[in-house]
Amino acid sequence: MTGLQDRLTREQVEEFGREMDELRQRLVADLGEEDVAYIHNVIKTQRGLEVAGRALLFAGFFPPAWLAGVGALSLSKILDNMEIGHNVMHGQYDWTRDPALSSQRFEWDTVAPAENWRHSHNYIHHTYTNIVDKDRDVGYGILRIDPAQKWHPYYLGNPVYAVMLAFIFQWGVMLHDLEFDRIVKGERKWSEFADVRKRMLRKASRQVGKDYVLFPLLTGPLAPLTLLGNASANVVRNLWAFSIIFCGHFPADVESFSEQETEQESRGQWYLRQILGSANITGGPLFHILSGNLSHQIEHHLFPDIPARRYPQIAPEVRAICEKYGLPYNTGPLHKQLFSVAKKLVKYALPDRGGDANRPEPSTLNRDRNLSAA
Amino acid sequence: MGRLAAIADSLLTPHGIDRYLELIDPMLVRREIRAEVTDVRRQTPGTVTLTLRPSRAWPGFTAGQYVRVAVDIDGVRRIRCYSPASSAYRRDELELTIRAHEHGLVSRHLYGTAAPGLVLGLSRPEGEFTLPPARPDKLLLVSGGSGITPVLSMLRTLADEGHRGEVVLLHYAATAADVPHRAELARLGERPGVRVVLACTRSADGELHGRFGERHLDEVAPWFRDAPAYLCGPEPLRDAAAELYAANGLSERLHTEEFTPPALRLDTEGASGRVRFARSGTEVDNSGRPLLEQAEDAGLAPEHGCRMGICFSCTQVKSRGAVRDARSGAVSDGENEEIQLCISVPVGDVEIDC
Repeated sequence: MTGLQDRLTREQVEEFGREMDELRQRLVADLGEEDVAYIHNVIKTQRGLEVAGRALLFAGFFPPAWLAGVGALSLSKILDNMEIGHNVMHGQYDWTRDPALSSQRFEWDTVAPAENWRHSHNYIHHTYTNIVDKDRDVGYGILRIDPAQKWHPYYLGNPVYAVMLAFIFQWGVMLHDLEFDRIVKGERKWSEFADVRKRMLRKASRQVGKDYVLFPLLTGPLAPLTLLGNASANVVRNLWAFSIIFCGHFPADVESFSEQETEQESRGQWYLRQILGSANITGGPLFHILSGNLSHQIEHHLFPDIPARRYPQIAPEVRAICEKYGLPYNTGPLHKQLFSVAKKLVKYALPDRGGDANRPEPSTLNRDRNLSAA
Repeated sequence: MGRLAAIADSLLTPHGIDRYLELIDPMLVRREIRAEVTDVRRQTPGTVTLTLRPSRAWPGFTAGQYVRVAVDIDGVRRIRCYSPASSAYRRDELELTIRAHEHGLVSRHLYGTAAPGLVLGLSRPEGEFTLPPARPDKLLLVSGGSGITPVLSMLRTLADEGHRGEVVLLHYAATAADVPHRAELARLGERPGVRVVLACTRSADGELHGRFGERHLDEVAPWFRDAPAYLCGPEPLRDAAAELYAANGLSERLHTEEFTPPALRLDTEGASGRVRFARSGTEVDNSGRPLLEQAEDAGLAPEHGCRMGICFSCTQVKSRGAVRDARSGAVSDGENEEIQLCISVPVGDVEIDC
């Protein structure tokens, strides 16, 4: 098996790991009031947009108000899920010891219960990033996104499933934690998920209750318009979150790994895998905030528990270290990364030509192999 | 919680109403307890007295109890315990007198920067150091240094009740200039039945001099053998009083604001795993001792206070692994949870964010 272990010599990997650790120490030592002020500001903006969006829908009979309401509510849900929820629940602000910013207590404005998500995301995905058969985010158990996933006629619908998933993404994220695919394969039992289901039912009914029952009822005769508005905001958020997240790990050249090559990984090797398995998206400051700074997926995967506002700050340094060691640093504009993902979804819908499921050689490999210690 | 608030909470799920109200004004919160500083006095060198107006969820306190006060310093929430000095009947004039300790992060911060408008977090009041509901006819209050606060609260509370019994407050301080609330103590001492006596250990001020002893009690409260006594002060004072009362067979008459250190159950033989202190990058073998001791043994100096699990000064975030509460034996293994270093013992590999 080529790939992860062959890129750098053992000494290089350890030296690279030390550089990453040093960068981390520097960041941690610098955390303080500014980071708290930043997230409080984002929270204030999100709550303001939310209240404004709900209020505008009371005037939903006036089309511009309805549109503005949907826009504000969509932005609110995007900020809540991406820059606030995802990042707070990663423990990025746990050092503040503020219960309102505690990873264990935060709950986000989406149907997926925080507790279920924290397990599958923080632990499974971030520990076993892009290890096929271990990281359940590789294809989310329903898509074929990697040649190492065995083809099956079911995957002919790959692009269609992806589009459907994009529209109902919040429900997809919620149901992901039920591990249907593994239950079908008999790897896990339905009964093991009783608590997970209970949490889902409770969270989903509260979310549905507010977006599709209470707020529409409050607007009286406008109820259908309000319901439509709330549903639209949820869909806008779904499409946005899907796009950002799929661009994080699935564009071409992002690598996946086997369990075998990641056994007994050192810290340096773990950092290396995070870089090879992630891709960034380029864009302006507002774009980065709306993506929850997941546009800096590489930095996020290196330091998942460091406040995300720091990722753009350290990106040039991370990139320079990658260049020093001849490592790829996958980045590109949103449309390019999305197109790359779409191509992959179509490509892997079809069986592999020649029936060979071996991974292709990473394009950067030959250059890297002869790299001398920098 | 009213029906309206319940509906508001359903509409504002998952964050809840407080997370919106606080953006209008931090004091509007309905569930969380907070308090706004309305007045700041620096009565004596090194002490600051804050007058607080608590938010609506504040349940009130019983004189002698303490409250955990939360304040954000450089982005990090710090929690300390203080006993209010005010009367339990003055809800909107909750008073804390805080002495700035040389190395005290929170006390120095408040002494240096507290100003009206500052909003602090409060816990519900806690503690068993309280007067019996049936007020005793004769009562002895003894305090030393900053221990004045809970007994002053008792005295003020009794005054507000129009209590007619005999009360003696015997306070120990280095010099008279070190005593906060002096004017008010003098005023309270003029009430019928009340006597406030200042004992100075290092100056000629005050009615009495030198350290606590039977002689002092015989002088100011010759009936002390027949009355309950409430004492709050530094350890030497507590020890001297405990000894005196024990020698007279009166131990059950003496009530102290002493937090009894719980017996810690430690297993240094069966300890395993490594302890990693992430911020400093230090890693050591788990010795089975509380994490605070292990950190200190490794050359670190984490912030701490009581070393017995009550003051929360040593709270840190545990990012990975399991710890056992050495008081209760309960094991907790959550990721990114707050633990108190002084009473937490690692169970296997543990990573602490300090």
